[in-house]
Amino acid sequence: MFRVAKRDGARVTLTLDGEPIGATAGDSVLAALLSHGPILRRLEFGGEPRAGFCLMGACQDCWVWSEAGGRIRACTTPVAEGMRLFTEAQVQARG
Amino acid sequence: MAEIVIVGAGPAGIAAAEVLVAQDQRVTLLDEAAQAGGQGYRRPSPSLAIDMAGLMGSEAGKYAGLHARFERLRPQLDYRPGTLVWAMDGDRLHVLTGGRAGTVRFDMLMLATGAMDRIAPLPGWTLPGVFTLGGAQVVLKDQGCLIGRRVAFLGSSPLLTLAAKQYRAMGGEVVVIADTTPLYAKIATSPALLRAPRTLLRGLAYTAQAMIAGTPLLNGVKPIAVEGTERVEALVLRDASGRERRFACDAVALGYGLKPETQLADLAGAEFAYDRDFRLFLPKADAFGRVRRGLYLAGDGARIGGADAAEASGALAAHAVLADLGLQQDIAAIRPLARRVQRLRDFQRGLARAFAWPSRQIGALPDETVLCRCERVTVGEVRGAMTKGLGPVEVNRVKAMTRCGMGRCQGRVCGPALQEVVAAAAGHDVEAGGRLRGQAPVKPIALVAAEETP
Repeated sequence: MFRVAKRDGARVTLTLDGEPIGATAGDSVLAALLSHGPILRRLEFGGEPRAGFCLMGACQDCWVWSEAGGRIRACTTPVAEGMRLFTEAQVQARG
Repeated sequence: MAEIVIVGAGPAGIAAAEVLVAQDQRVTLLDEAAQAGGQGYRRPSPSLAIDMAGLMGSEAGKYAGLHARFERLRPQLDYRPGTLVWAMDGDRLHVLTGGRAGTVRFDMLMLATGAMDRIAPLPGWTLPGVFTLGGAQVVLKDQGCLIGRRVAFLGSSPLLTLAAKQYRAMGGEVVVIADTTPLYAKIATSPALLRAPRTLLRGLAYTAQAMIAGTPLLNGVKPIAVEGTERVEALVLRDASGRERRFACDAVALGYGLKPETQLADLAGAEFAYDRDFRLFLPKADAFGRVRRGLYLAGDGARIGGADAAEASGALAAHAVLADLGLQQDIAAIRPLARRVQRLRDFQRGLARAFAWPSRQIGALPDETVLCRCERVTVGEVRGAMTKGLGPVEVNRVKAMTRCGMGRCQGRVCGPALQEVVAAAAGHDVEAGGRLRGQAPVKPIALVAAEETP
């Protein structure tokens, strides 16, 4: 995914599997993560890479894991400062 | 006063609310998105500098007009953006707003839930970089992003050339526009399309622009696979002459026309009938969109008709609400609206025939093709389960045996293709296999949210 329009807004930093990713307030989590790398998550069934599909909140393929063990639908969730996201469930963090 | 609730703030929901508010009705408008407009008239997210007028092209005036009308209407509505309706129970909707659960009571319910792309799977379609055609446009309007730098457009839809034009204009490279429909099939059905000449001419213009830009434009293709290991590397297909061709790319947009989002209509008890032109099970309603007194369907969520038909059908359904409430109606306004809805939906029916859903190709997909992306169920697993099943073949039984259609998307993505695979394997037509039934929650919610419900 690559950006073709500029955005004015506060700089925001989130992480995916511990790696910092810069974004701008107003970005969706999906746009922020996919303009940085090709993958959002690993499928629970076999671990194949996924990056969402419908981009409009219908297919539910773009859910990423949050630190607390919850899931975030990346295409409809705006970025927030300090978000710590994961491509796979963080079993320890859930305990 | 009656509680009138509209679900969906696209052109249909907005037009319906306008008619009802003009008659001093109290309207609650629930919308899952953060901003009104639906998918086609999607607004950029805040602070994004993108030329929407340029992107919307010939529809720029309508786009600006709808949003201006909504802003005037907004103070007169109970408008609740960011609200998911996930279940229904008698006269109550179960909703989730920003993670908070609640219920909304209604006397009259209008569902204007819109549509999404209909998808034919092919080997490799779950790779990162493959997205829906509508999604490729939404992420451009909403986020100012292209799905890739070098994009292949595949499917059967006039929207392929429109999206390709938008991508070229924004600096993307379009490596191929590949349509599974043979050219002769499109020409044979074009008389039906002459009823909406403006739309037809617009389509021809996009095609001409693609040719001028030197984009390969293929008709009658047979998709073979999306290739790649961790992400899309190429689209491989067989062209109409039988030659195998490989297009290197980093993204693929897939679109085989649109399908209505009918999950809530299903929960509300609407009956469904199989439509041979769209090859979909669609909810039954009268010419006004009335399913029964108190339940109304409008816009693409009822029948695919496009944005103009959605607006007119929203207004028309609102008049049905007023009539059913015993309120005076504007008879002079109703007849032209009904004619407009009919004409535009007939045009879309013509398009559905011209840009046919490739049912035979889907029925013949190789066994290893993933059919259900949520649960990773392959075409071969579905065929295998069917040989073990006893009794008549029915898609809900196949779903129970294989989990195909049971995942998070609730069969939105795989449903139409599953119907074709089942019908082809059973040797009967799609109608005989039945339709996947909707279940609450229509989208995933946290268990705690369901427990919180008052």
